Amino acid sequence: MNYLEIKDLRAQIEDKEILQGLNLTIPKGEVHAIMGPNGSGKSTLSKVLAGHEDYEVSSGSALLDGKEILGMEPDAISRLGLFLAFQYPLEVPGVSIANFIRAALQGRLAENETLDAVGYYKDLYARMDELGIDRKFTSRSVNEGFSGGEKKRCEILQMAMLKPKYCILDETDSGLDIDALKIVAKGVNQMRNPDRGILVITHYQRLLEYIVPDKVHVMWEGGIALTGDKELALELEAKGYDWVREELVA
Amino acid sequence: MIQPTKIDVDRDKGNFRYETDYQYDAGVGLREEVVQYISEVKGEDEWIRDYRLKALDTFFRKPMPTHWATKDLENIHFDKIRYYLAKGQQPSRTWEDVPDDVKQTFERLGIPEQERKFLAGVEAQFDSEAAYSRMKVELEKEGVIFVGSSDGLKDHPEIFRKWFGKVIPASDNKFSALNAAVFSGGSFIYVPPGVKLAQPLQAYFRINAENFGQFERTLIIADEGAELTYMEGCTAPKFETATLHSAVVELVAMPGAKIQYITVQNWSNNVFNLVTKRAMAHEESEVRWIDCNIGSRLTMKYPGVILKGRKARGEVLSIALANDGQHQDTGAKMVHAADETTSNIIAKSISIGKGRSSYRGLVQIPGHLRNCRNNTECDALLINANSRTDTYPAITVRGNGNAVQHEASVSKLNAEQIFYMRQRGLTESDAVSLSVNGFVNDLIREFPMEYSVELKRLIDMEMEGSVG
Ligand SMILES: Nc1ncnc2c1ncn2[C@@H]1O[C@H](COP(=O)(O)OP(=O)(O)OP(=O)(O)O)[C@@H](O)[C@H]1O
Ligand SMILES: [Mg+2]
Repeated sequence: MNYLEIKDLRAQIEDKEILQGLNLTIPKGEVHAIMGPNGSGKSTLSKVLAGHEDYEVSSGSALLDGKEILGMEPDAISRLGLFLAFQYPLEVPGVSIANFIRAALQGRLAENETLDAVGYYKDLYARMDELGIDRKFTSRSVNEGFSGGEKKRCEILQMAMLKPKYCILDETDSGLDIDALKIVAKGVNQMRNPDRGILVITHYQRLLEYIVPDKVHVMWEGGIALTGDKELALELEAKGYDWVREELVA
Repeated sequence: MIQPTKIDVDRDKGNFRYETDYQYDAGVGLREEVVQYISEVKGEDEWIRDYRLKALDTFFRKPMPTHWATKDLENIHFDKIRYYLAKGQQPSRTWEDVPDDVKQTFERLGIPEQERKFLAGVEAQFDSEAAYSRMKVELEKEGVIFVGSSDGLKDHPEIFRKWFGKVIPASDNKFSALNAAVFSGGSFIYVPPGVKLAQPLQAYFRINAENFGQFERTLIIADEGAELTYMEGCTAPKFETATLHSAVVELVAMPGAKIQYITVQNWSNNVFNLVTKRAMAHEESEVRWIDCNIGSRLTMKYPGVILKGRKARGEVLSIALANDGQHQDTGAKMVHAADETTSNIIAKSISIGKGRSSYRGLVQIPGHLRNCRNNTECDALLINANSRTDTYPAITVRGNGNAVQHEASVSKLNAEQIFYMRQRGLTESDAVSLSVNGFVNDLIREFPMEYSVELKRLIDMEMEGSVG
């Protein structure tokens, strides 16, 4: 039951099948990494799991702690405990970070409950300090006018505040400078615990030096082609994806 | 969702109604006798009765403005409307004096709560007559007059007559003529020189009779250096047949005075709301209209300022929300008539479903004036694919020493943005509400706290069920 378990997942968009029978299991307490060439379907996988309505799932299942999430509404999946740090976070003009996260937390409470504002801000400021985000950001509109790196940090801030059971980080390291990469990695590492499963999607082995994965998967044409330990990332970096192709043909 | 729980005004679209017996009823349809009847019931002087009758004549002669406005105006059946209904008793000053059925309505509107919190005076209109009004003793001591328009006319003719119909003549447009003929209710306010009211003055009113048009008339005069904020809010019950609401509001800001006039309106879907609002701003005075239009079948409203004195400043901040079956035709009018006058217009509109919002602006700066400035911004947000917006800015600026700045934008609610918000756990309707609140946020920040909270709640309620 303590898994995010994806079985034979097939999904398409505009009659093009992107996920072609994907299998992947992320147990709580582990960090898995997915690497794979551009266009292999990594972001598609994360959006399908998050319930994006543009993708049509033709077969398969995705069980979050035993509960089927395919076909559920995006907000219900979120409240069930799946968080997606977007590869390209969206702007929400006029809505401050503080109000946005607060609304998200409030949405997790029962109808007659109100979020304790004092406790909320205490938590928010603590997480911001850890992630090196200036407190002025609380009143800025979500992602509006943020630099690429600021957007990614803001994603991690939201993740830290929402405390999900499963996290998918889609190229959170892209666009981060070296210092920011360490800070974000530290933020993610702090969230590692036996009750949480984490999936990081990345193109760079460097991130995995800071967030050391339990397993590394290679995504290839809409499926998981190879699975190994953290050494696989090094091998990939050294040999490139042509090597994967050769392995697959062999 | 952020819960705006602070305020206790129940405005759940006003689809409730109480039985009320009317002592005075002018009957159905519009004739000279109806106008005579209204004037008689109110015990008015001859000059005002003649004014009404002349206005009625003007109303009959003026064509419907359908050459520029929507054809929907033709669906107003003037012969099926009641032009005057009243309970008959004098406006009362204490809560205890208010009749029970009226009280029931006010309780639903949350007025006593409001009053305790921040009201300086309450002048609430129940149908045609002010049924409940009260003023704080301090206001009276300072010489501030805050009464219903009929009382203003009766008890303060020397001020009333001087300004009545001067900013908006009866002949201004067809509906100002109608109002001049049959007006009743509304507020009369006079603030003496140098008196600055820290607390806003408030009026609540609502329509509660089928086929009954409401024609209130408000006249506010801020004498030299005086300052006041007036707040107006409305809810109306839901009816089968169309209801006409046609108010006239005149403001006079004497030199150095400041007037802020705030409206949050939430009419039911069958109301035609055709309002003329205009201010005369004398030297170095400031007038600000804050106008929020939610609901109604058709709203036509373009608050204006005539910048008559040097360095006068006029401002219109407006928010319009058009839902299915609604047309918000709103805007602003700035007539610069002196040097160094400035005006600012910020209009935001939201169209939901098949709702339609139109912005109509008029800015005039004649060539002989110097150093006048206007800034106009209008932004439209479309929620659904079939939502509609249009913009008709008319800016006439002559002369070299004057500057105008005009910006307009139309944006569509972004599906990816909603997905992003839902991924954080917000329901679709909460995500849409929050986005819409975000769209109007910078403008709402300019509003007094109580109203911004209430407005956000109104927007949330309008957004419910608009998606999915
Ligand atoms: N809306 C869409 N319409 C058509 N094709 C799409 C759409 N969205 C994604 N695709 C296609 O699906 C494939 C997988 O895209 P996806 O974004 O999942 O790749 P990715 O592995 O995340 O790549 P990257 O490493 O560049 O982020 C690509 O070929 C892409 O062009
Ligand atoms: Mg991607």
